[in-house]
Amino acid sequence: MESFRASLPETDISYSIMKIGLFVPCYVNACFPQVGVASYRLLKELGLDVDYPLGQTCCGQPMANGGFEKDALHLAEHMEKIFEGYDYVVGPSASCVVFVKEKYPRLLHKEAHACLSGRIYEICEFLHDVVKVKELPKAHFPHKVSIHNSCHGERLLGLSSPSELVVPRQSKLRDLLSLVDAVEIAEPKRVDECCGFGGLFSVEETATSACMGRDKIADHISTGTEYITGADSSCLMHMQGLIDREKLPIKTRHIVEILATGL
Amino acid sequence: MSSHSKGAEKFLADKERTKWHDQALFFVREKRDRMAHGVPEWEALRQLASDTKLHTMTHLADYLEEFERNATANGLHVHWAKDADEMNSLVLSLLQERGAKTLVKSKSMLAEECGMNPYLMERGIDVIETDLGERIMQFLQKPPSHIVLPAIHVKREEVGKVFEEKLGSEHGNSDPTYLTHEARKALRQNFLHADASMTGVNFAVAKSGAFVVCTNEGNADMGTSFAPLHIAIMGLEKVIPDYEALAIYLRLLARSATGQPSTTYTSHYRRPINGQEIHVIIVDNGRSEILRNEAHRNMLKCLRCGACINTCPVYRRTGGYSYSYFIPGPIGVNLGMLRDVKRYSGNVSACSLCYSCQNVCPAKIDLADQIYDWRQRLDEHQVADRKKKVMVKAMKLAMKSPWIFRRALSAAQLIRVMPRWMIYNRLNAWGIDRELPTFAPKSFEQMWRSGEVK
Repeated sequence: MESFRASLPETDISYSIMKIGLFVPCYVNACFPQVGVASYRLLKELGLDVDYPLGQTCCGQPMANGGFEKDALHLAEHMEKIFEGYDYVVGPSASCVVFVKEKYPRLLHKEAHACLSGRIYEICEFLHDVVKVKELPKAHFPHKVSIHNSCHGERLLGLSSPSELVVPRQSKLRDLLSLVDAVEIAEPKRVDECCGFGGLFSVEETATSACMGRDKIADHISTGTEYITGADSSCLMHMQGLIDREKLPIKTRHIVEILATGL
Repeated sequence: MSSHSKGAEKFLADKERTKWHDQALFFVREKRDRMAHGVPEWEALRQLASDTKLHTMTHLADYLEEFERNATANGLHVHWAKDADEMNSLVLSLLQERGAKTLVKSKSMLAEECGMNPYLMERGIDVIETDLGERIMQFLQKPPSHIVLPAIHVKREEVGKVFEEKLGSEHGNSDPTYLTHEARKALRQNFLHADASMTGVNFAVAKSGAFVVCTNEGNADMGTSFAPLHIAIMGLEKVIPDYEALAIYLRLLARSATGQPSTTYTSHYRRPINGQEIHVIIVDNGRSEILRNEAHRNMLKCLRCGACINTCPVYRRTGGYSYSYFIPGPIGVNLGMLRDVKRYSGNVSACSLCYSCQNVCPAKIDLADQIYDWRQRLDEHQVADRKKKVMVKAMKLAMKSPWIFRRALSAAQLIRVMPRWMIYNRLNAWGIDRELPTFAPKSFEQMWRSGEVK
């Protein structure tokens, strides 16, 4: 814990007085509580004042991406109320976070800085850009992992640089993973091809979605890794569903679970 | 089920072909990436291209009239057509007035949009496609499945077969070089004896009154060099201010489209050669409506390079015919909706919102954002998928209050003990190809409440 504090940048912000609200998206809450637990432990270990406000449901993204944005309004208002009074809101799901960030201002008719949008971070982004973590002394994961650059994490949130753009290469996920002891990092050949989840797309265009997922998993497997890891449980859930059905030789694991090993 | 997902299922049934199609198109995308990365100022160029198109759009009438003035002064004839019917009948009368019976035509998506070929052929004009891919499709009597690579979905063996039938090429020979030579040999006669030629227009330069046609095969140039009449058709968004603007687009177009530094032929038509007439038809056909539509007017920035189609992970795996509009991929989904919401709304589901299209578009069109936007309006147009609507309403109900959410999660525990046939059946689209995620015995919120999160 001391080493974490030592790694914090010299800034005016005193991290111990920042109040952080942990945002646990609906499907993570229901199906992957361990991802929420790992997020909490990781933030706590950094000496941050983190709390989980009760009564969270859903940010509204599934409805909106399916074409029913107005059905998300009520949920946006609820989110807004729940996270009132927190300096930062941090969640382990890039696509949910970016939905709140990009769509809430329009939904709520508010400027971004005046609503949750201005205060919400995906957890890797938060660790990398705000807390600027330089070491994770307890993290140990002696496995080869393949990074899943999820579309919304990468192209909307900037967790890594999109392969289509002529911009310098960077990857916040890779930076964070490389702080973990004994881990070996790989990336698929089509480094940021969509896995085909896409929310309601996965059921509305289920044949296409499954084909995209199988192709993506095959690409991850070809790197010779044991785990697919990324910042979006939704992509991982979709791929895990295909892996389980076809009994493929790879597993999925959310990146915070790897970063929080040893805690 | 949307029309696209039905079409997709059909295409996906042939796994080998799907794989091959995906790889062929991704190969083009990778070539595009390599070319883009060879231009350090690429992103600035895209911005400039987007801004210049916006500027042109907002001064469209001025630039079109400037083009007309200068083109007329150069000796070209400029016509205006408000829709497909007007364009088609204009083309027909230009041909008939000169007694023209055969028309050699290079690639034009506008002709496809206006249904020009069938219109002319029904009226006795022999229309000969001279772009190799388009010629193959014409022989096969099928529409193009891609705007730049019209026959990308056709295997060489199929080409060999149809060439044998139509051109008398050797039985069983599907060597691409051989087949190309056969096509060229036959087309040569068409070029020499055609009464008229037609080209599309990639760019119309207002300042000089000239227009530019980009091709790789030289077929447009062959056509326009012999026939006494050249008809060029252009959508009214094809006008650009000047050569500075042209320089931006020429650097982007071929790199984005096929991963070439430039097209093999970039031909400028400024004034007719002796004894020849050049007629330019400027076509609206719904474009000024798009211009008025603030949410979607960015679509008029499109260069028709096809980069968004090549990168689209959905298109690559479902092929051009899975879309009900004649242009597939992200650009086609959007243009189809602008053409006719009711008729083409079945394509709006063909997007996982991966946003790759927006990143490759040389004019930085917000293609995915606009598809998202269309989805929001399907319900008001009464074309939203009923099953999806029920799902969303159920989700909304379950998430409505934390109390209901908790109850819903407890109810979901039942899935853990339900027999497989009750869960995996045709009502559960997720479960056709995938296992369902397991609901944890305790949700995070329950763990938190009981003090287990530490």
